[in-house]
Amino acid sequence: MLPTDTQDPDHYHRVVDCQWACPAHTDVPEYIRLIALGRYGDAYLVNRQTNVFPGILGRVCDRPCEPACRRTRVEARPVAICRLKRVAADLREDITARLPRAPARGNGKRVACIGAGPASLTVANDLVPLGYSVVIFEQHAQAGGLMRTNIPSFRLPAAVLDEEIGYITAMGAELRLGTPITSLAALLEPGDFDAVFVGSGAPRGKELRLPGRDDSDRIHIGIAWLESVAFGHVTSIGERVLIIGVGNTAMDCCRSSLRLGAKSVRVMARKPRGFFKASEWELEDAEEESVEIVVNHAPKAFVIRDGRLQGMRFDRLEYEMDGERITAQRIVEEVFVPCDDVILAIGQENAFPWIERDLGIEFDAQDLPRVDPVTLASTRRGVFFGGDAAFGPKNIIHAVAQGHEAALSIDLHCRGESLTERPPRGVTLQSRRIGMHDWSYRNDYDARERRLVPHVSLRERFARLDVEVELGFDAARAAEEVRRCLNCDIQTVFDAPLCIECDACIDICPTDCLTITADGEPAEVLARLRAPRQHPEQPLYISAALRQSGRIMVKDEDLCVHCGLCAERCPTNAWDMQKSWVHIPQAGDEARCQSEPQRRRA
Amino acid sequence: MSFMPKPKVANPGLPVNALGLNRRDYEGGMSTLCAGCGHDSVTAAIVQACYELALPPQSVAKFSGIGCSSKTTAYFVAGAHGFNAVHGRMPSIAAGAHAANRHLHCIGVSGDGDSLSIGLGQFAHAIRRNPDMLYLIENNGVYGLTKGQFSASADVGSRSRKGDVNEQRPIDPVLLALALGAPFVARSFSGDKEQLVPLIKAGLACGGFALIDVLSPCVTFNDHEGSTKSYAYVREHREAPVAVDYVAPRREIEVRYAPGEVLPVTLHDGSNVLLRKLDPDYDPTDRARAAAFVQERALANEYVTGLIYMEPERRDFHTRHRTAEEALNALPFERLCPGAGRLAEIQRGFR
Repeated sequence: MLPTDTQDPDHYHRVVDCQWACPAHTDVPEYIRLIALGRYGDAYLVNRQTNVFPGILGRVCDRPCEPACRRTRVEARPVAICRLKRVAADLREDITARLPRAPARGNGKRVACIGAGPASLTVANDLVPLGYSVVIFEQHAQAGGLMRTNIPSFRLPAAVLDEEIGYITAMGAELRLGTPITSLAALLEPGDFDAVFVGSGAPRGKELRLPGRDDSDRIHIGIAWLESVAFGHVTSIGERVLIIGVGNTAMDCCRSSLRLGAKSVRVMARKPRGFFKASEWELEDAEEESVEIVVNHAPKAFVIRDGRLQGMRFDRLEYEMDGERITAQRIVEEVFVPCDDVILAIGQENAFPWIERDLGIEFDAQDLPRVDPVTLASTRRGVFFGGDAAFGPKNIIHAVAQGHEAALSIDLHCRGESLTERPPRGVTLQSRRIGMHDWSYRNDYDARERRLVPHVSLRERFARLDVEVELGFDAARAAEEVRRCLNCDIQTVFDAPLCIECDACIDICPTDCLTITADGEPAEVLARLRAPRQHPEQPLYISAALRQSGRIMVKDEDLCVHCGLCAERCPTNAWDMQKSWVHIPQAGDEARCQSEPQRRRA
Repeated sequence: MSFMPKPKVANPGLPVNALGLNRRDYEGGMSTLCAGCGHDSVTAAIVQACYELALPPQSVAKFSGIGCSSKTTAYFVAGAHGFNAVHGRMPSIAAGAHAANRHLHCIGVSGDGDSLSIGLGQFAHAIRRNPDMLYLIENNGVYGLTKGQFSASADVGSRSRKGDVNEQRPIDPVLLALALGAPFVARSFSGDKEQLVPLIKAGLACGGFALIDVLSPCVTFNDHEGSTKSYAYVREHREAPVAVDYVAPRREIEVRYAPGEVLPVTLHDGSNVLLRKLDPDYDPTDRARAAAFVQERALANEYVTGLIYMEPERRDFHTRHRTAEEALNALPFERLCPGAGRLAEIQRGFR
């Protein structure tokens, strides 16, 4: 087999499952170790480097890192990565002096950002310190975009939003609130801006066209309703509420309803539980509050009598399943469910009524702008899209990741360079050995189970809309949870010429990830692994031929718990434990970039 | 060595044996041997063999003397019985335990110092008594625990780490065992578990004294150029005329071999040892020629490894002495101690 190219920055990056899964590639194990040391401010800044909003994301991130966590493969539950992020934010000391700032003299370039959501704020965060003057236009009276309007304050307190957005405005970004952009042409025409970033989100809730839809004012569209709640325009709701749809917006709608006076809230799902779009933990939180989730009900009609909403009619469905796939469905019966209000939470979509279609910005058949997935450039030079506005509704961490890429593109654009000649990713390794058998990280496997985050009691949490339900870990509980992290970024780095094939590493590996075997065709080598490969998507490491016997060292990264025993037992230091820093270029990194030929095309 | 025990976390895909135990269940304590010591690989091979044989841990008895090698017994089958004897005196303790309970799977682990120097007499007499035990010598040619002096198994011409050359003739435990009548004699290499694990299984099943001389390099004092017991040297200077496959009782011998290529030997417990001839002229049942072959190859600086000699019919200790089938601790008191009357009767027989 071909030896693994460990120079490829993605090889070691993939081993750090959480970092690889995070769209912004936050160095999770690094900040978890900093939390373990009580260096909360440092942990916060490691987070902020890539995800910009640790306090916000530590509460409401979609956390793609957690299902990816290696711990799920050796034990049942992932490290509470997201909750630990919040610990870094909650317990940090004042770090404002350590935040980047605009330089005394700007570079004379002006960038407009449309919408003050996470994508635009990230663009400003990256560009202001480089000397750009960035103006953010926001239609509402407060910044934050969907983070402010669609995420209820019992999950994300306004103070946290204000503080982290404040860091960016304090840097020197200009925020123009209550300034909707009604015409992109009008913004572009005077030539005031060298680049425009569209981060206006996916602001339109999907409609459900059924009989009776227009005959009552008690049928609401989820994200618009949440927005009205957020700004205090809506302060009450009927006693019986039906939520249509079972995504994360539906979860926010049902829990908000309970806080506005609803006594009975039902979430009506068309399909069985395995098909729910809501995150597992959001479902758990809703069910803890006695929200009833009703499966296999397809909405059929709104029932209105004398101008009053009486309830809804549904078809109760039955599905035939083949594993996790639906093969057939049939209607069992029609049911009537009474209610006072209905909230539609079946998705949202982009809408660009304010972008003239003759500006050179192409739209596709779905009326979405054509955006390059890497550079985030539209078909008009100098106009970029990011976040939900670019590719439809996703989540905050995706918007942040795209904000970084867009800022990099804007910087390249403003300096007259090619958008596709992007600085390369890189990885830096440094040994963690500090003595014969000492490592500068805690390498012992800790078998304890995931710590639970305390919640405000069910009696207290409904008192006000903005009682934050999750209390977050305290320092003591955080100190326990951090021990569960497997330090996947402390890489097992093998130096084949040093190996004397004593088998010490093979014998000591607790999870049998190492094999020394004869070289051969991939299929036969894989058949000889000490433990059968369970997750082929996990990387393999293949060494060069070993000196004494010509065999090869194979490591299946899948279940490595990074205990470092292979390196401790290695008599020749052929194995070493080395911390990997994955470098994902951001705007301004160009200066640090290596010579031209080493650049890779994006 | 490492300063941290092997974490209890295991590969969730680890298979289990007939007793429902996985390989990790046959491990022992944390090794304090040097990192890269061959003995740790021997430990791993014993763990693997005991797991594959599905031995109940409490049916295993581990014996050792003094030396790096003798620490090994602490590192496998934590649930087994064990006795760490005085230097060189392990064979008599093991023989005694075996005399008291023939159903124990006795594993003695010793070294070239423990068995070939201070304990040579005990070692030789244990072979003569032929108890049913597996006797492993972890042979590295040096006294590692006292900083690397030549041991009795150091080859002529082998250099110490400081550069001294050994001039004394070595004692080869394989030749000794052949001369003294051991029914199972093998040599292996700690760096070759594919060879070592089946040998350990066959040795445990053979029903008599099974010697496996394992070349187990001392990574600290004897793994340099000029050493004849380094990883590199052993890897380059070994040949195996016979390979062994162990087939558990009631298992079909599945693999088909060309006639003459394989010699199946059925053991007393119904298991089979398949002797695969790698050298068609070699006969592992001819004691005299086996000894000659080992000596010839030694002159050519080659270690003969694999199974060297096997004679399953040789009468073991219990058969010869017509002892009770049950372990002494399982015999009813009246049979174990028939009383003063019976003693007087016996004594009268001698008058």
